[in-house]
Order: sequence, then structure tokens, then C-alpha cells
Amino acid sequence: MTSTTTTPAPARPGEPAPLARMLRLGTIRAAYEVRLYFRQGDSVFFTFLFPVVMLAIFSVAFSDGQMAGGIRGDQDPISMAHAYLPGMVAAGLLLSGVQNLAVDIAMERGDGTLKRLAGSPLPVISYFLGKLGQVLVTSLLQLALLLTVAAVVFQVPLPTEPSRWLTFAWVYLLGIGTSAVLGIALSGLPRSGKSATAVIIPITLVLQFVSGVYVTFASLPEWLQNAASVLPLKWMAQGMRSVFLPDSFSATEQGGSWDLGTTALVLGVWLVLGVLGSRLAFRWIRKDT
Amino acid sequence: MSGIGSQPVVRVRGLGKTYGTRTAVDGVDFDILPGEIFALLGPNGAGKSTTIEILEGYRDRSAGQVEVLGIDPRNGDLDWKARIGIVLQSSGEQGSATVREQVAHFASFYPRPRDVDEVLEAVGLQDKARARIRSLSGGQRRRVDVALGIVGRPELLFLDEPTTGFDPEARRRFWDLIRSLKGEGTTILLTTHYLDEAAQLSDRAAVLTGGRISALGPVSSLGTPEQRTPFVRWRERGERREVRTATPAELVGTLVSRLGGEPEGLEVGAPSLEDIYLELVASASLLRTAAAQEGLA
Repeated sequence: MTSTTTTPAPARPGEPAPLARMLRLGTIRAAYEVRLYFRQGDSVFFTFLFPVVMLAIFSVAFSDGQMAGGIRGDQDPISMAHAYLPGMVAAGLLLSGVQNLAVDIAMERGDGTLKRLAGSPLPVISYFLGKLGQVLVTSLLQLALLLTVAAVVFQVPLPTEPSRWLTFAWVYLLGIGTSAVLGIALSGLPRSGKSATAVIIPITLVLQFVSGVYVTFASLPEWLQNAASVLPLKWMAQGMRSVFLPDSFSATEQGGSWDLGTTALVLGVWLVLGVLGSRLAFRWIRKDT
Repeated sequence: MSGIGSQPVVRVRGLGKTYGTRTAVDGVDFDILPGEIFALLGPNGAGKSTTIEILEGYRDRSAGQVEVLGIDPRNGDLDWKARIGIVLQSSGEQGSATVREQVAHFASFYPRPRDVDEVLEAVGLQDKARARIRSLSGGQRRRVDVALGIVGRPELLFLDEPTTGFDPEARRRFWDLIRSLKGEGTTILLTTHYLDEAAQLSDRAAVLTGGRISALGPVSSLGTPEQRTPFVRWRERGERREVRTATPAELVGTLVSRLGGEPEGLEVGAPSLEDIYLELVASASLLRTAAAQEGLA
């Protein structure tokens, strides 16, 4: 009776082509991942709401303060909420990509989820499409929430020029893509699911401090500025400042301009490194341990 | 296509696995035939899980040949994975998914999945369909594992200690489920610590001790003829007596005439699989100790 179920060489009738199947399962995975993401209180707080919470804290704590652009720091004074918004947008990209995926995948490896998926006919590409879909959907929702809170609660004027939103779009896509692949690459770092947050959160936290997210980049010592300039978050934050801050603020950047070309270059290099790192670091399971 | 049905579903020859200097599996041979339930028995550390994980494609082997559904598990692709079902010994759950969501999600991976509600009913979780997996008891989570293993309508099902944490009633229901899968033609490889389970379900069993097979065959033929010899037990003048004999009825007959009536506390039976198994494991470890001492001398 089992002989009748033995498949001949041609594909089963009704079975979609491998690529279509891969995409279909990727979409199913993404929907499943997004649904489960919002059921996990810790990921919703530490990844999804974190930038909004930080924006609110800074805006309220420094509600009397102002920042201004220009070489002498006397042009276009803006509120602290406005000044912090680009950094929080960049932090959101980092958290939704690097922190979310690195912790998530490390925990899935630790609790046996990956092992179970490895024994199923789920293509590994579909698994990653699901992760990327989850990152894309949650980060877009996070951005929408962050910008709405900034505009409505803290009266931050959002840009109106299409060219600024175009810059926003590519910095966002390049930034979230780079963050996601770096997250996958870093997921191999924690040795167990339990240690995942303890290993990953300090990395992203330090990165945020040295990259000018919480502290004005110009106020960091020069050697630290130079070191942070090798890392991707500084460039995500700078790219977002070019979108949300008046142009006179470009004078306060390390190079005296927004330098979007370097942003594209550095993020592009990290994207490639992240893809290579993911390929090296990711295994469905650690064999023979 | 003719003759394919009689090819073994699993074929293992000279299987070996070493971790560093430790040998976990040492020259194991067996076949599993289509539609049969094959039990792999043995104490902890005997190499059961290593063997089953090599067959599932999770581990590499150090020596020997393995074919599962005609394919070397090292080269098992997605089409091959779609034909097997795996219930791991321990598995984490996506705890925030509901039971039904999780089973339906896994069903979507397979070309010809079973109906999700039928699967939930078969494992007795229809009333828990909307419960988060996190909120389930250990035995209920184990049933989710089993549901995920069978939802793809596998030709070959691996069950690694599937009923750990089940209460007796759940275990009986699980046995019925396994029999119905067998009725549909599913071939099953089972490891278990419950020898009554192996005796109830399996057509054939192999006992693995120290990485080697120390007995292999139909459950009723495991062990040596002496180990399978029936026993007669009774009480005489307050003392327990036991005699092993191939002709227990004759012995009871002479007992009745000698004692002039019904013997007190009379029991007649054959050693259970558990008795035979324990003797096999004990003699295998004796042999190993002897061999080790010989090696030292």
C-alpha cells in the first residue's frame, strides 16, 4: 500500500513550482511571525515601544531646552523632541533589526524551534523571508507610531518636501536591511537561548550611545567619533537627521555636511558583510553537540 | 513500481557514531519494513537517540550506510522531509501560538497535509484548540508535538519517547492513534522506556545496549529460549515457590494432585518483555565488563 504513495520523478500535480512555494511559505511565515511578535510582552516593550518611550522621556526631561543649527549654533532653533526624533528613528531600525532578530533566532535555536523547522519541509529561504517580513512590518508600524507621537504629542514639524521623504525611504530600506542581516549574523553569538538578551542588548545599547542616538554625536571625544564612524548606526542616525532636521544642522556634523554618499557606502558595505556573516553564522541546528 | 513496496523503508548497515573518543553507536544493522512498527529499546546512553537522529538527518554518522525512504539522510532534501514525520524527544514550543494555529501553520509546509481538526481530535486536543501552547500541561504539549509530527501525512514517522508525561488514559488513547496510523500504512520507528508500550504496539523490536544491538526480532521472540521460558508461581507452607518450565500446564497438574487441591496464590505466565529486556541489559553490561577486564589483562 505504500508503493502507491511513492512519487515518480516529475513534480506532484498541483504542487506549485519551488520558487512560488518558497514565496508563498515566506508570506505565511511572515504573517505568523508578526502575529506572535505582538503577543510577546518583552519584545513589544524593549524593541517596539522603546524608541517611543525614550523620545517621550527625553522630550519631557529637557522640555525647556532647545538646539540650534549653523556653524555658530544660532540658526533654526528646534525643540528637544525634534532634535531627538532622528536618533530615535535610527534606534528603531537598529532594535527592530539587530536586537529583535538576534535575540529571536538565538531563542528559537535554544528552545528547539529551529530543530523542529529543520525537520520539516520548510525552505530555509522561506524562514528568512518570514523574518524579514516580520522586521519590515513591525518597523514600519513602529515608525508610524513614533512619527505620529512626535507630530501630535510633541508638535515636531515633519518634513513636507518629497525629496526628504525620498531620502527617508532609501535610508530606511538600506538601514533596516542592514540591521536585519546583522541581527541574523549576531544570532550565532549567544551560546544559549537564555543568555540571548544578556549578550545582545549590551551590544545594541553601547552602539546607540557611541553613535549619537542619545548623546549629541559632536559632544563625543574625537577618537570615539572616528571609531563609531566605522559602524552603521552612526550613518543611519546621520541620514535620518538629514531628513528631519533643518539644513543648517548639517554644519554640526563631523564632516560639516550630511554626506549622504558615505551613508549609502557604509550601509552598503555592512549589508554585504551582514549577508556573508549570516551565511556563515546561521545553521538550522548545531550538529553533533 | 513493482517490488518497491517490499523494499525496506529504513535500511541501516554497520552504523557507527563516535564523539571524540567515545563510541555511541558501534556497528548497528537493521531494516524497517513498510507498514511495520519497529521499536528501538535500550537504557539511557545506549545510542537510541543518536541512531534515530542520524536517520532523521540531524546528525552525521561516522561509519556505515543508512537509507531512509531510499535516500541517504545526509542528502535528504525538502521532498524527502515532506515524506517523514518527526516527534523529537524534547522540543520547545512557540508558546504564544495557539494549538490550532501551530498545527495549521505546520500543515501549510506539506504538500498533502491531514485535516487540522481531524489531527487535533486524534490527539485529543480538540477542546484545547484555542488555548495558547504555553498554558498546556506537559502531557498536552507532548500531544501537540505528536500532532505536528503527523499533520504532514508522513510515510515514515519517528517517535522518540512520545508518551513521556502521559497519564495512563492518555497513553491508551495514544496507542489507539498509533494503531490507526499503522492501519493507514504509516511505517513507524518508536523509542520508548515503557516496555508495555513496545509490547503493545510494535511488530518487531531491537534492544540497543552499549551502542550495539543485543537482540532483534518480533517482540514475542526477543531473548533466549531460557529467558522466554514460562513460569509457575505458588505458595506452599507460607513460602513462595517459582519453577521455570516449558510445560507449565503439566506442572500445575502434578501440583494439584500432590497438594490435593487448588494451590495457594497460583500464577502461570510468560516473562514480560520487561523481564526479558532487563535480563538482556544486565547480561550485555556483564559481557562488556568481562571484555574490558580481558582487555586490561
